[in-house]
Formats: sequence, structure tokens, C-alpha cells
Amino acid sequence: MSAQDISTRPSTTEAAPEGEAGQPATPAARGVGKRLAMTVGPVLVALALAGLLLMALGVNPLTYYTYVIERGLLSPSGVQQTLTRMGPLLFLAAGLIVSFRAGIWNLGGDGQFLLGAVAAAASAPLLAMIMPAGFAVAIAFVIAIVVAMLWSLVPALLKGYQGVNEIITTLMMTFLGASLANVLVKLIFLDPGTTVPQTRTLPVADRLPRLFDTTISSGLLFGLAAIIAVHLMMVKTSFGLKLRIVGANPRAAIHAGLSVPKLTVAVFALSAGLCGIAGALDVLGVQGNVRADWNPGYALTVIPMVFLARFNGYASIAFVGLLSVLSIGGESAARRLGVPNDFTLLLVAIVLIVLAIAEYIDHRLSKAAKV
Amino acid sequence: MLSPAHHPGEAAPIIELDGVTKRFPGIIANDSVDLALRPGEVHVLLGENGAGKSTLIGMLSGLLQPDAGQIRIDGKVQSIGSPSQALGHGIGTVFQHAMLVPTLTVAENLLLGGPWWRRPNKEGLVEKVETLAQQLGMRIKLDALAADLSLGEQQMVEILRALLRGSRVLILDESTSMLSPAGVEELGALMRRLVERGMALVFITHKLREATAFGDRISVLKLGRKVGEIEPGRFRELDEDTLMAEIVEMMFGIRSDDPESVAQVPGPVDDTIAPLFSVRDLALPAGPNAPGLSEISFDVRPGEILGIAGIDGNGQKQLAEALAGQRADAEGSITLDGAAIDGLTVGGRRARGLRYLTDDRLGEGTVGSFPVAINFFIKEVGAPPYWKGAFERGAAIDQRAAELIKDYDVRTPSRQTPIGQLSGGNVQKVVLARELAEGARVVIYNKPTYGLDLNNTLSIRQRIREVAAQGKAVILISTELEEVLGLANRIAVMAEGRITGFVDNGPDARMNVGRLMIGISQ
Amino acid sequence: MSDLFTTVFLGALFFGAVTAAVPLLLAGLGEQMSEKAGVLNIGIEGMMIFGAYTGFLGAYLSESLWLGFATGMLGGIFVALIMVVLCVRYGLNQIVIGIGLTLGFEGLTALLHHFQFSRTYPRLPAAEPFPIPILADIPVLGPALFRHHLIVYLALVLVIVMSLLYRRTQLGLNLQAAGDKPAALDVAGVDVFRTRTIAVVFTGAMAGLGGAYLANIGAGLFVPFITNGAGFLGIVLAMLARGRPLWVLLGAMLFGICLGLTTALQVAGINIPTDVIQMIPFLAVMAMLVAFGRRSSLPAALGLPYERGAR
Repeated sequence: MSAQDISTRPSTTEAAPEGEAGQPATPAARGVGKRLAMTVGPVLVALALAGLLLMALGVNPLTYYTYVIERGLLSPSGVQQTLTRMGPLLFLAAGLIVSFRAGIWNLGGDGQFLLGAVAAAASAPLLAMIMPAGFAVAIAFVIAIVVAMLWSLVPALLKGYQGVNEIITTLMMTFLGASLANVLVKLIFLDPGTTVPQTRTLPVADRLPRLFDTTISSGLLFGLAAIIAVHLMMVKTSFGLKLRIVGANPRAAIHAGLSVPKLTVAVFALSAGLCGIAGALDVLGVQGNVRADWNPGYALTVIPMVFLARFNGYASIAFVGLLSVLSIGGESAARRLGVPNDFTLLLVAIVLIVLAIAEYIDHRLSKAAKV
Repeated sequence: MLSPAHHPGEAAPIIELDGVTKRFPGIIANDSVDLALRPGEVHVLLGENGAGKSTLIGMLSGLLQPDAGQIRIDGKVQSIGSPSQALGHGIGTVFQHAMLVPTLTVAENLLLGGPWWRRPNKEGLVEKVETLAQQLGMRIKLDALAADLSLGEQQMVEILRALLRGSRVLILDESTSMLSPAGVEELGALMRRLVERGMALVFITHKLREATAFGDRISVLKLGRKVGEIEPGRFRELDEDTLMAEIVEMMFGIRSDDPESVAQVPGPVDDTIAPLFSVRDLALPAGPNAPGLSEISFDVRPGEILGIAGIDGNGQKQLAEALAGQRADAEGSITLDGAAIDGLTVGGRRARGLRYLTDDRLGEGTVGSFPVAINFFIKEVGAPPYWKGAFERGAAIDQRAAELIKDYDVRTPSRQTPIGQLSGGNVQKVVLARELAEGARVVIYNKPTYGLDLNNTLSIRQRIREVAAQGKAVILISTELEEVLGLANRIAVMAEGRITGFVDNGPDARMNVGRLMIGISQ
Repeated sequence: MSDLFTTVFLGALFFGAVTAAVPLLLAGLGEQMSEKAGVLNIGIEGMMIFGAYTGFLGAYLSESLWLGFATGMLGGIFVALIMVVLCVRYGLNQIVIGIGLTLGFEGLTALLHHFQFSRTYPRLPAAEPFPIPILADIPVLGPALFRHHLIVYLALVLVIVMSLLYRRTQLGLNLQAAGDKPAALDVAGVDVFRTRTIAVVFTGAMAGLGGAYLANIGAGLFVPFITNGAGFLGIVLAMLARGRPLWVLLGAMLFGICLGLTTALQVAGINIPTDVIQMIPFLAVMAMLVAFGRRSSLPAALGLPYERGAR
């Protein structure tokens, strides 16, 4: 299975991320234009299809979309929420890009996210009592990373050294992680000061700083930095190239003398660590604590975004932005227009499927043209 | 050669191809090919790799559809839209690569294809198989897992399957390429018995000796076109040498003896020179689908080519992997220029000058979706000057890639073209450049010309000679006896994971190697 | 006191175990056929949730549980057909489409639920149990194991049916060939696409039925996200059982007992968070993988689309 591409067959877009140098400008520009059209087109088709469904349910799709865009993108408070939401999602996207490009299907992002969140929520308020808040938050991040990495260790070792399918193990670890997070919140890190089952709350003043005079959490900047760094690591460094070789052809990796088991464990650690940061970021920047039974399921929703971006970091920023607008706008629309936020899920799914179909058709057409 | 029971060439054809054409992106695989398959006849299809034999078979067996031309069966125009339609027309195919399900037993494999709700009728099968096997002198282990059969046994099962289905036409696609000499003889005799029953056989091979020994009629394909046919009448008239010369002229357009055999036979090198590369008691545990290695010891001197002959699947690949360092479970000692390298990793051995050119060029030798330029360097990712610190230096990579593309005559649209889009010969040139351009001292070639056309084959063989002439030690693993005899100074024969003997190359080498290969020791 | 405690406790434990195990069993058996045939069906969660919705809707409108099961199966099959067209016929990436279908139908059913049921929250009447004569009168175990809805016993019978199907029929051979070496099946004259289509449609039917069971028998109503990962658990069970239906049953029972234990402990008044017990089956399975985790022999062509005559 090609890890580079959304449809299983190799397509013309596949080698493009590598092909920066030595290409004449016009075809490259045409390639970019085509890719843009291939991305925006399906999004529009999906919006139309989902709109028809809204009409069937008696909601005017134009009203809905306008409202979502106003709330998620145009209103000052909405856009600030959107940008804040992007922070953790970008970290998740970065974590998923690392693993998918290395051909490893880490479907356990939600478990790693939740445990990172709980680890940060449990440690930060206590640390903040004995040291300056900045230090406390920094150490909480480190703890979250370590916890999330450890959580991925068993699937990593099983995959790297025993060849056990990681889809099954990471799925199980994500269920296990969600339960464990609840157990930790309810039994061990319970805030004694309240009857609600939740962890201690990190005071707003101790959380990650906000940007300038806005309510945007500085997590956004960390997220942007992380996904750009991951993208550059994957395409510009020897380590990234090694991971891509493992992902594209594991047997070639062995033949070239790469230690596939060690690289596999490294990929899991990196991927899980980034997902763990995402959880910590949501807690230390936005939520302040973790409530029992809290599981936003972000990682599963970000997976389609990463696919849509074809594992490209820059494109992922745009898609994560789109997801944030849709979900922030959608949450607001749920209250005002009575369309539940779950519509966003549906929309994302339709975009994904329409895009896969479009890419397939494009591939068939270009193949037919060559004959 | 057995004489056929009745004279082939007279009966009305079962299948006629009329101007059949098939195109793939960029190539015309078959260009208006005419072909008639008659009962009682072994029709040999000869041609180099890429001549279009497999495409033709694909269309006869329903896997591919022709773009132009027609197929007549029993005189009527028919289409063969799927494998099950082909079977319905009585066309059975034994493909080059085994088409048995490895996890099912032989009986279950033979039963595949019945109505889906039915209970497989094993009792009926046993009866039919026994009758057929007795008539044809085959031995079939019905309860063995297909994965446990040798390649020869798997082929017998596939032939049997075609017969059970009542096939009138049987296509054997390069069936002898993986058989021992004795197995080839056995298959030849079986083919004769089958045509005596009135079947039409298509026998595809690229070995002239088999074609003349087993055929009744020969058609030659070249670059997708049929360039000649020898009728049964003429076939019987001509003696073997004239026949071969005529075929060679059709195939290569030059009058010569077998162009793949090389006139000068390399003799043994001076054995007083100290070996450059020594292996002692190399061993490897057997895997579920692969033989292990045991007690492998040999020396290679500078400038020497050690050929490793043997039937495919007797541990050659495992030997190459163990030498290159890809197998952690290998035991025994390996020394290069007096220093032990058996404790080193793949990269460590490469740094000492050991190079391994795999036979699986796209499967493990390269990353198909990556640009040609990157594929030159995938064995030294992170090494200066192409990486500085952790960062890729695109300019250095591009410049060196351009040099290598020129030096090794790689035909590619650009440096950034994904290597998977190149032809096999050009992929092999990239691999050669990567392994030989710098610092090679000991070179292991595994089937270096497998799947390449004649031009590339000859130029790669020339390069192997040049490499040895530079004083490097060369290990040449090949299943083509001609190749080994034409290049190697000394030949080791492998069977079941052991070296069964060494032969100095010379006039008697062919016979001695042959004897070792079929298990008669010297 | 202790006697009563044991009776009530065991009764609740086993009754809860069976109730919880049935949807997992159905999903696992369904997924097993897809995987055997070489299709990694990540969309099963979507098939299950849509089956839960259509199953509930059918039962609610027709006031017949059996019609509800039928509509549930049809709902699952509908999603499966999308998967068939995109992944089996056109060879699109099975993981991408699977995740897309799961998210899409989770969203769609939540949306439909909101517009149809979120004001009234209609409930179905409790399912009529089918006591098995004699066995149902065994103290403790009788009511716990032999007083279930008829569909429960049918699910158990299905385990045997599937075992026979895989071992004793042509279809069983065809499915295995489609997963291990599709090209060999094709040249034997059997349509690989049709074989895989049968498998995926069966998965949809079983997942839909499992979803309908969750809604109609388990809960008596439909709520968004009611499947809560049961389909994913089906994938886990099928991968661990590797083609053996009986192992799916054992796995489903292991998960079922742990889920039953949570109810039973609450009945017994022991207050352990359900989460602790819900972790047990996953821990057990992970421990098994760590102990015996030599390469799980999954079908060779799992996840790979088939293209005839591919060069």
C-alpha cells in the first residue's frame, strides 16, 4: 500500500514532494495548479453534497454555511477560537505525518493524546505550587511527552521486533488509554476540592500565554512550528529520508542497511510524543484540567485531514485550519441553528471520499491519455 | 526426439489469432500477431524478454484483452473476457510464476473454481487424479500444502489442474526456467504424451535446445512482432544445428551461433595469490519458505570471478544476503583482505568495499516512487558530502547523480523521474553505478542479467569482466549456466543450501557442473 | 446473604456478558470474512452505527424486532456496498475509505437522530426473551444464559455455520484464496471481485445486525455513537482469531465477561469505576500478543486491491 497517496495506485502527484530541484518552472507550476484544483474541487463538491442533505433535513445550507464561516472565520471571537483549536490539532497532524510517511499506521493517536493530557493536567497544578509557572508548564510538557512515548512502546516493540500489525495494537492501546485516562482522573488525580470528577485546575494565569491582546493561545505558534519542523525533517534531512525509505519500501531499507526495527521504534516515539504534546497543549493552553470521560476524538478526525494534505506539512496547516473553522463554526451553529456539530464529521468524511474518487478518476484519465 | 504419433500440421486449428495487437502505456507489446494452435502439436514460442510472449499468453488466458485483431476458436470469432471464459473454451495455462494458493492443500487448489455453495467433492477428485496421474506417469501428493511443494511439483499440479478441467489447449509459460535438467527431460516427455492425446500445447521458452528437442512447430517473436515460423514439415527435415542457426537468425537478425555464449572461456586464476575474500563454515537456519545454509566455505582471489551455479531456490539468495550482512542469524567467518567482517552491519561491510547487487532490483534494490537521483544514494543516507550534518545537500546530490547518469548511460527523462518508471535495464544501471562507482573491492552479483534484453545483458556481462580485471573479487550467482560458463574462472555448484562441488572453468566444465547440479557427484 | 449475593452477582455477570458479547461476536464474524478475503474493513464501525440506526428505525416504525434486525442488516449492507464499489471494484485505499465511512456514518446518524428523536427519545419495549426449555430452569445459570432473545442463539449457531462454511464449502476455499493469492483464484476461473464483494457485503450484514442488536436489545433506543468502538473491537477480534470463528466467540466472551462484570459489580454494590474493568480484556489481549506475538499470519494480500493482469 502506498503511504504517499490517497488512492492505492501510484499517481502523478506521488514523487512531487521530493522533486524540488532541477524541474523546469512551467510544468511545476501547472502541477501545483492542478493539485490545487484537485483539492478545492472535491471540497466544493462535498459542500454541495452535504448541502443537499441539509436541505433534506429542512435546513437552508446557505444559511448554515454562511453562519459557520461567520462564526468560525469572520467574527473576531470565532477566529480566535479557531486559531486556538488549531494548536493541538497541528501537533496531532505532525505526529500522524511522521508515522504515515514511514508506512506505520498509528491509529492510537487518541489514546496518546488523552494520556498526554492527563499527565499534564495531573502534574502542572502541583508543580506550579512549588516553582514558577513557566517551569511547571515546561516540565508538565516533558512529562506528557514521556508518558505518551511510553504508551506507544509496546506496539512499537511488537511491530519492530515481532512484526505484529500495528493497526490492531494501536487501536487496542487507544481504547485502553481512554479507560486508563478515566481511571487516573477518577481515582488518582481527582481534585479533592470539587465533587465533579476532574483533575485539579491550572489557574488561568499559569497557563500558556495568550498572543498579544487576543484570546488566541500561543499553542498555535508551537503547533505551526512543530508541523513545519516535521515537514522539513521528513523532506530535507537524512533521518526523514530513512523514514521515507522504510515507508515506501521496507525491504529496500533492509537492503540498504537501515535498522528497520530501531527506526520503527523511533517513529512510534516521535509520533506518540507529538500526540502527547497535543493533549498537554489542550490542557495547559485551553482547558486547564481534564474532566472524567473527556475524549474529543481529535486524532481520528485529523487522520482524514492528513490524507487530504497527502502527508504534506504545509497543506496540512490549511486542512487543519479548515477543520477548525468547521468545528468551531459548527459548535456555534449547533446552538443557534439546531444542526448538531456532528455535521462536521459528515462533511469531513464526504470530502475525503470525494477526493479519493476524484484522484482515482484523474489517474485513470491520465493513464488513458498516455496509451 | 520422439516422433509424434500422427503428423502435426494437418489438423484444423483449435485457436487462431488474427492480427492481434495489444498496447500498454508507451509500448506496443503485441503488434498484429498471427498464430494458429493445432491439436497434436507442441507449438514453441521463442523470444527474448520483452518480445511479447507473456502478453500473448495473457490474452489467450483471459487476463488481458486485445486492442485490435480477433481470436477465432474452432473457426468462430470469440472473445476471451476472463480466465473463467478461457477455461470454458478449454484453454488451460501454467504460468511462469506458480498460481497455486500456498495455504491450501493440493487437493483444495485443484478444487478451486467449483460452484460456491457446493461442498468440494474430494472423493471424486481423488479418483480422477489417480486415473490421470497413472496414464501420464505423474506423482501427485494431494494432501500436501502447496507451499511445501517444489517448483517442479507445483507445475505438475497446475498441468494436472488444466487436464482436470478438460483443457484442449495447454499453455506452458517458461515452465523449464526453474527446473533441474532431469525435471526438464521429464516435462518434455510429459508434453509428448499430452499431444499424443490430441491436445494443442504452447511451450514458451528462451532456451533453443529445449525448443528444438520438444517442439513440432516454432514461432519467433521479436519486439512484439512475429518474425518467423518454422512449419512441422521443415522442422522435421532440418538437423538440430541448422534449425538452431535459422532460429537465431530470426531472433537476432545475425547469423551466428548462440550469441549469449561467449567464445573465450576464462581459465582459473593463479592460485598462489592470497585470497581477497574468504568464507568459512557459513551457516544459516532454514526459514519457513527458504532453505538454510550449511558449511559454506570458499575463497575468491583478486581478479577472480567465482561463479555460483545451481537451480533457483537452493539458497543462492540466502548466501548473498548472509555475505552482505542482511541476515543477523548467519554464523561462520567472513574475511575481507584478512580482516574479519562477519561482525559488521550492512553499512560496515559496505564501507570495507563489499558490494551486493540484488536480483530483486525493484523489490529491494531501489525505492520505485523515489527519484532516480535519490536512489543513487539510498545506501549512504546521511554520509558526506551529500548530507551535511543531518541536512540534505540537494546540489551535491544532483551534480553527482548527473555524473553517474552519464557515466553509466542511464536513459531517464530526468534526474527527478521516479525510478519505478524506468525499464529494467536502466534500473540495473542505476544499481550498478551505486555499487561500483566508488570503493568496491568485493562484488556479489545475484542474477545480474535476469529479465534484461540482449543489449543490456551483453553490456552488463562486459562490465562484470571489467570489474574483475581491475583486481576486484567477484562472486557471480546465476541460474543461467551459459552466463556462468562464459564469465567465471571457477564455478561452485549449490544445492539445498550447500556447495556440492567446485569446478575449474574449461572445456569439461559444462558437463561437470551439470553432473553436480543433478546430484551426481564427480 | 453471601448465597444471595453470589446468585444475583453471577446472574448479572453472565447475563451481562452474553448481552455485551453478541454484538462483538457478530462484528468479529463479519470482519473475519472480509479479512479472510483480503479486505481490511476499517469501515465496519460505520456499518455498525448505520445498522444500529436503521435497525432501530425499522423496529420502531414496524413495532417488530425482527423487521428491525432486517433493516439493520440492510443498513449495514448499504454502507458495505459503498466500500465494495470504492475499495473492491476501484481499488481505493481501504484504510482511507474505511475511516471516511466510519466518520461519515457516525456524523450522519447523529444528525438524523437529532432531527428525528432528540425531542422524544422513543424507546422500544423490552425484548421478549426466548427461554430454552429445561435449560432455562437451571438455577442461576438458566436465566443468565438461556433466557435471551432468539437472535442470541442464532448468533451462536452462526459460529458453527461459519466454521463449516470455511472448511467444508467451495466458498470457504474461494475466500481463503482471495486473501492469500487472488491471482491464483482468478486463473482458476473464480471472479475475485465477486468473492470479495460477497465477503464485504456479509461483513456489512453482520455489522448491521450487531448494531441493531446494540440499539434494539441492548439499549432499547438509538443514541449517537452508540456503537462506541464495537466495530473496531470486531477488527481486533478478527485479526486475533485469524480465520477461526470459534476464536472470535472466545474473544467476544472475554470482552463480554469483563463488560458484564461492570454491571454485576454495581448490582453487588461494589464501587469500582467501570473503566478499570473495561481495561482488563485489552490488557489480556496485549499480554497475549507480547507473550506469543510472533508474526500474526494475516492473509498475504490483506489490504491490497486486486488488478487483473497487473504488470
